[in-house]
Amino acid sequence: MAKSARQAQIEQAALYPLDWVEERTGLVGYTKWFLFRNVPGDVNWMQTLGAATLTAFIVQATTGVFLAMYYKPDPNSAYESVQHITHEVTLGWLVRGMHKWGASLFIILMFLHMARTFLFGAYKYPRELNWIIGVLLLVTGMAEGFTGYLLPWDQTAYWATVVGININATAPIAGPFIAQFLQGGSQIGPDTLAKFYSLHMLIIPGGLMALIGLHMYLVVRLGVTSPPWSPKAAGRPRDEPAPTGYGDYRQGLIREHREEHAQEDGA
Amino acid sequence: MTENPDDTPQEPGHSLWPIGFAIGVAVVLVGLVISWPAVVLGAALTIVFGVLWIRDASRSHAPVDSAPAHELMGDTPSPGLAAAEEEHLETYGRAGFLTLATIGLGGVIGAAVVLPSLGFAVLPSFTGEAVATNDVDLGPVSNFPEGEFVITTFIGNKVQGEVSKRTAYIRNNGLSANKEPSFTIIYSRCVHLGCPVQPNGPKFEDKKVTYKDVTLTPVQPAGFGCPCHGGAYDTEGNRTAGPPVRSLDRYAFSIVNGNLVLGKHFSVGTVVGTGADAKISRYRQTYPGVHVDGIERWLYPIPVPGS
Repeated sequence: MAKSARQAQIEQAALYPLDWVEERTGLVGYTKWFLFRNVPGDVNWMQTLGAATLTAFIVQATTGVFLAMYYKPDPNSAYESVQHITHEVTLGWLVRGMHKWGASLFIILMFLHMARTFLFGAYKYPRELNWIIGVLLLVTGMAEGFTGYLLPWDQTAYWATVVGININATAPIAGPFIAQFLQGGSQIGPDTLAKFYSLHMLIIPGGLMALIGLHMYLVVRLGVTSPPWSPKAAGRPRDEPAPTGYGDYRQGLIREHREEHAQEDGA
Repeated sequence: MTENPDDTPQEPGHSLWPIGFAIGVAVVLVGLVISWPAVVLGAALTIVFGVLWIRDASRSHAPVDSAPAHELMGDTPSPGLAAAEEEHLETYGRAGFLTLATIGLGGVIGAAVVLPSLGFAVLPSFTGEAVATNDVDLGPVSNFPEGEFVITTFIGNKVQGEVSKRTAYIRNNGLSANKEPSFTIIYSRCVHLGCPVQPNGPKFEDKKVTYKDVTLTPVQPAGFGCPCHGGAYDTEGNRTAGPPVRSLDRYAFSIVNGNLVLGKHFSVGTVVGTGADAKISRYRQTYPGVHVDGIERWLYPIPVPGS
């Protein structure tokens, strides 16, 4: 297909920064490897649930960071600061609402995604490890829910956390130690709220992000499964290998393969 | 493997000593909470296994005995090759030392940062700093009518403030058989999962008395009930129905200058008898849902320090 000189010029101008970055970092190739990949022709809408869960997590992370700008994790002011966010801070009701309802959505989507994976048999070889990482994500996600539930510091929050911590305490041998660590003493006290806040916004999200990174790396590496009704064989190896360096990374960025460019690289 | 034979000796030998070393460190940490002898034991374990580990590691990296490697790869050692090999081995010994030194130093620096931080994060929960409850003065004994329950709310710890607000159901039993004052002081938290139990009976708000932070509301309970999961108790705190695993917790008390002063919080197996004659099987304070007697108590063999 012929191109006008002007088109080629625009293309060149658009690609120049990408070339510059690629030559120095190789990141364009990796991004392409990560995003532009083959999936089975008969993928199903159900297979977007994982991406939906990720989106819900990103919503939680973003709104959470901004809520932290107004929230005060201190027993004497936590409740008032939440009321302040909800009723006085501009758009506070919206961002808090997104965080509160998004939390439920995140958990629901995790379960739906897990059900899809189970029913499609997508946990089988070679994806067993990704199932295990997914289970860890479910547990850390629930831990986020548990620690976040205390933060409004109202009656519901307080007593739900009392019961939750005491359920932990009934675990054999280690249970009472877990409970004692969680509340920072034998009863819920002034340190408990700050501890839950730290767990909720620093420690557990850090673990979640690391696990999400691993989870997605394995999804990209192992590919997407065909639905169980697919005539195609599952577990087919990926066509293209991971990028090794400066190569035909442009393929996919520009649909048309440009031979003259490939020759330049070879030279 | 065959492409680069120089790399093969760098694989660390499999050794069980690191596991012993880790157990030693764990024993030290647990010992810090439980008792000093355990710390000494843990330190000894750590040192012994650490020395064994280092000895093992340095032996597996020692530049000796390269013959078996040749046999494995089916090489026929020529004089020139052997000379080159020797040169390599010398270089390798230095590289191996530097690798070990880097890992070792990195480990020491990492431990120096991580262990105190972890200790700071975990240990205060178990040293009782955060939970030190001072004895609470509940006011003159005359505020507690004999034979009647009084709903008593108080601040458990002045420094912590409102978050340490507690409720106890207190009954003045009069004098016991040996002329000692007797009070039944039941802590309000359900021993199923810690919800606040309520007295089942009429409250007399009009007879409410206050003394500093303390409020006293007379009540006539037929028993106590928990709104969360339906646990029910009689007026001695013995379970009559529902999921609780023992009797309601109690407080010890003393009388100082005619005032009732709360003492230690303790857990109760069962109470036999009533009022001043009650035989209370008393245990160290523990969490709701934790068995203190019966065969299930073996599920919780280690008492939690600082509770």
